[in-house]
Amino acid sequence: MLQEKLYNYLLHLGDNSMILGQRLGELCGHGPELETDIALTNISLDLFGQVRNYFQAAAQLKGGDATEDSIAMLRYEHEYRNTYLVEQPNEDFAHVIARQFFFDVYHQLVLRELMKSKNETLVAIANKSIKEVDYHVDFSSTWIKRLGDGTEVSHAKMQTAVDTLWRYSMELFKATDTEIWAAESGVGADLDKLKPIYLERVSALLEEATLQLPENTVFQYGAKTGMHSENMGFILAEFQYMQRAYPNMKW
Amino acid sequence: MLGISPKIESLLTSVSDPEIPVLSIMDMGIVRKVELLDDTYNIEITPTYSGCPAMDTIGDDIVTAFKSKGLNATIKLVLAPAWTTDWITERGRKSLEEYGIAAPRSAEVDKAALLGEANTIKCTNCGSLDTKMVSRFGSTACKALFQCNDCHEPFDYFKCLK
Repeated sequence: MLQEKLYNYLLHLGDNSMILGQRLGELCGHGPELETDIALTNISLDLFGQVRNYFQAAAQLKGGDATEDSIAMLRYEHEYRNTYLVEQPNEDFAHVIARQFFFDVYHQLVLRELMKSKNETLVAIANKSIKEVDYHVDFSSTWIKRLGDGTEVSHAKMQTAVDTLWRYSMELFKATDTEIWAAESGVGADLDKLKPIYLERVSALLEEATLQLPENTVFQYGAKTGMHSENMGFILAEFQYMQRAYPNMKW
Repeated sequence: MLGISPKIESLLTSVSDPEIPVLSIMDMGIVRKVELLDDTYNIEITPTYSGCPAMDTIGDDIVTAFKSKGLNATIKLVLAPAWTTDWITERGRKSLEEYGIAAPRSAEVDKAALLGEANTIKCTNCGSLDTKMVSRFGSTACKALFQCNDCHEPFDYFKCLK
């Protein structure tokens, strides 16, 4: 029972990074310039590396035939625990950066909590990941400022991306039963506690970038409990294609 | 540090990072433990970055190197304590520089350099300190891309990780 809860929590942590990593991977060879292309795919690689650590631990808990690959590749859509935010399409560079920034700030806060977890595996993964995610936060923050406080066009595009994506941000902090258990048992992060810090950090940086958070936002919730947006089907179709078409194939 | 015989050490030193062939895994500081159990060497290695795609190859290379001397080895990947660039040996830093990759500096110097606040990373081609960062993410996750303002050569800088 306890193992099942921990397993579900590992999915919460891993799925966000995995789906965002997949979205960033789509940009490989398509970034707006070579250096940015490489940066985004490096971030994708960091995220996938972290996901492998979560899912290796999850596979051990699950036992039987479970492997990191089967957990990543062979679940159905409603079994993925990622948020709406990370499913959002790349659209344009401003959207890529806004999505990244909204996630990175959350990710960094959660990892700092996991470094104090009662679960040793999570502590090890968090200590490793935080060094990488600190770079991600720097990267997306720098771009938010450069584009927001840039030209008229870059400012307008950045503001549009913020307006579009902000509605998906609060789902990160709406705890599911699994996340409530994780917080109460000292295994995971207490999202209620992190939310005000998140809002403060995001607002401060956006202000510096001369951008504004939209008012009267109707926040969207549901992906974490399996009600994904239309995007998710397309992501999984590409992501799972090889394993579904050629079961058990290996590199 | 590992308490291993010169023979085993030289075997491990013969294995290098496939992406930075001049740097042996010993100089990189990723070999954390070597234990002889019955007739098998159990070797623990730790990744530099979570997503480092070289880890599987490095593990295979170690097993192959041991096999070539008629020895058995198993590889275990450990995450804690997390690797830091402080574990790169003096000899490792020298080989990096000779290869054309600027060796990692302290956390403070690193931050100032990556934020473009100070010119502190020395060009590996001409030695000039007048260099600029082109991209924080370089050819691999562990490196940033720099360019020299004097000789205009691009070069990699191994980012500080603590």
